Amino acid sequence: MPKGDWRFRIAHREALIGVALAAFNIIWWYGFAYTLGSKPPEEYTYILGFPAWFFWSCIAGLFVMIALVFLVVKFVLKDMPFDEEGRDDL
Amino acid sequence: MNWQVLIPLLLLLAVIFLIGIWSNRKLNQSTSFISDYFLGSRELGGLVLAMTMAATYGSASSFLGGPGAAYTIGLGWVLLAMTQVATGYFILLVLGKKFAIVTRRFQSVTLIDFLKTRYQSSTVVIISALSIVIFLFSAMAAQWIGGAHLIQSITGLPYLGALFLFAVAVLVYVIIGGFRAVAVTDATQGIIMFVGTFILLIAVVVAGGGIPSIMNDLTTINPNLVTPFGHDGQLNAAYVTSFWILVGVGVVGLPQVAVRAMSYRDARSMHRALMIGTVVVGVIMLNMHLIGVFARPVLPGIEVADQVIPMIALETLPPWVAGIVLAAPLAAMMSTVDSLLLLVSSSVVKDVYINYFRPQASRSHVKKVSIGFTAFLGIIVFLLSINPPDLLIYLNLFAFGGLEAAFIWPIIFGLYWKYANKHGAIASMLVGIVSYIAIYQYNETYGDLLGVHAVTIPVVLSCIAFIGVSLLFKQKPYYFEEALS
Repeated sequence: MPKGDWRFRIAHREALIGVALAAFNIIWWYGFAYTLGSKPPEEYTYILGFPAWFFWSCIAGLFVMIALVFLVVKFVLKDMPFDEEGRDDL
Repeated sequence: MNWQVLIPLLLLLAVIFLIGIWSNRKLNQSTSFISDYFLGSRELGGLVLAMTMAATYGSASSFLGGPGAAYTIGLGWVLLAMTQVATGYFILLVLGKKFAIVTRRFQSVTLIDFLKTRYQSSTVVIISALSIVIFLFSAMAAQWIGGAHLIQSITGLPYLGALFLFAVAVLVYVIIGGFRAVAVTDATQGIIMFVGTFILLIAVVVAGGGIPSIMNDLTTINPNLVTPFGHDGQLNAAYVTSFWILVGVGVVGLPQVAVRAMSYRDARSMHRALMIGTVVVGVIMLNMHLIGVFARPVLPGIEVADQVIPMIALETLPPWVAGIVLAAPLAAMMSTVDSLLLLVSSSVVKDVYINYFRPQASRSHVKKVSIGFTAFLGIIVFLLSINPPDLLIYLNLFAFGGLEAAFIWPIIFGLYWKYANKHGAIASMLVGIVSYIAIYQYNETYGDLLGVHAVTIPVVLSCIAFIGVSLLFKQKPYYFEEALS
């Protein structure tokens, strides 16, 4: 096996993308929940029946993450073989 | 006995048995019992992979305990539950392709296999096997108790009878089918959960007179229910955010989840699983916990948290639909228990017994020992669950935190850091487990240290221990390319 397997470079990059996605997810989730949500409940605005903080943080946040994951899978992730020629898997 | 609810439930169990039998026939044809029984021969496709991860992860806590807590605490608990969306993409991306390539080359069948080959240390193997057995035992007991409670509230059977029914159903099919049966039925169960939560959510919204009206009622009951801070205003941001570690990104350290990240067929299965998994986990978590909150004005005064979901389903749905919908949490618990049983038994049989006592064991001997030990474990858990402790969700979360503190860094650094070595791994596991148990006990008595969940500090400490000790006993860098050739 050659040193510096090409598949590992791609795998490392994709792992970092996972970390970046999670970081973005946390910031989005925290940002909307604890800014809009910190007002007294009487001053809340409502979207589709939900308090605005909840709508943006949890509902919109979920759809944004789904969209990002789909984009990453479609445009960034690379196909690769997991097995080597001539070696039997278990 | 409520037969209209029970018949769809029993039909589900029958389908599961059939799938188990079908998988067993494939098992007899395969050449390697170990790899097939514990790993399904690494041929899971995208849908099955996503569903088996969602179903393993979506356990009693997300289907009974979680919505029950949301019922009491309000939207703040839904916010907390949404930290779990990350599991849908994070695990597969971070363990990802490197884990798949490396475990194939190592011919690892279990997480411990991987750690053993990477660190070349029997101490690592023993600590790992011990922590899996100890922590997963409490997780399993929690699931069995939840399952029995659920059957109890549907059928009216006494607790012991319900527990027995649940135990028999689980054991029969995990013993005959192994990992493939578990994974394939997980997929069926995942679909049931996904559809079931949608039906129930719609029924509850209709019963409550629409979302604006439900929010209005909640504000009237207690305005804190619609804030992120919980019914008593005590749910602080640091605590909720620390759940990103416990049930979000830290899930990478759970052996029952990690083993699934080595079981897929190819890169395309993984890509599909990423998309399906994110949708399924996110939607199920959002729906189930919203149902809990919405149930509050529709059916006030439920005392036992675990009964919120069964009661609201029986209240708002026609009986036969309720039967199908309630199959969802039952399905979740069964699949969690099955995978935990397999995992504990693989740790003992494969990682300890065969490694150290009978390396030359024949195929039929391994098969007998694996199946026999799985059954033995099931019976022990059954006996422990007869007289169970009350707080299901905490038992379950206790186990999660312990495993994460033990395994997260040995896995992550083992894969991605060339200077990771066995000294660091051992130090990290010991520091993680010991500090977790200590801080957990401290928090129970004095309130949360630094205001965060007990898992947070041990994860940080075990990270420091790993890096510090690895550098202290520095060895030459480790390259998978060299180790593999």
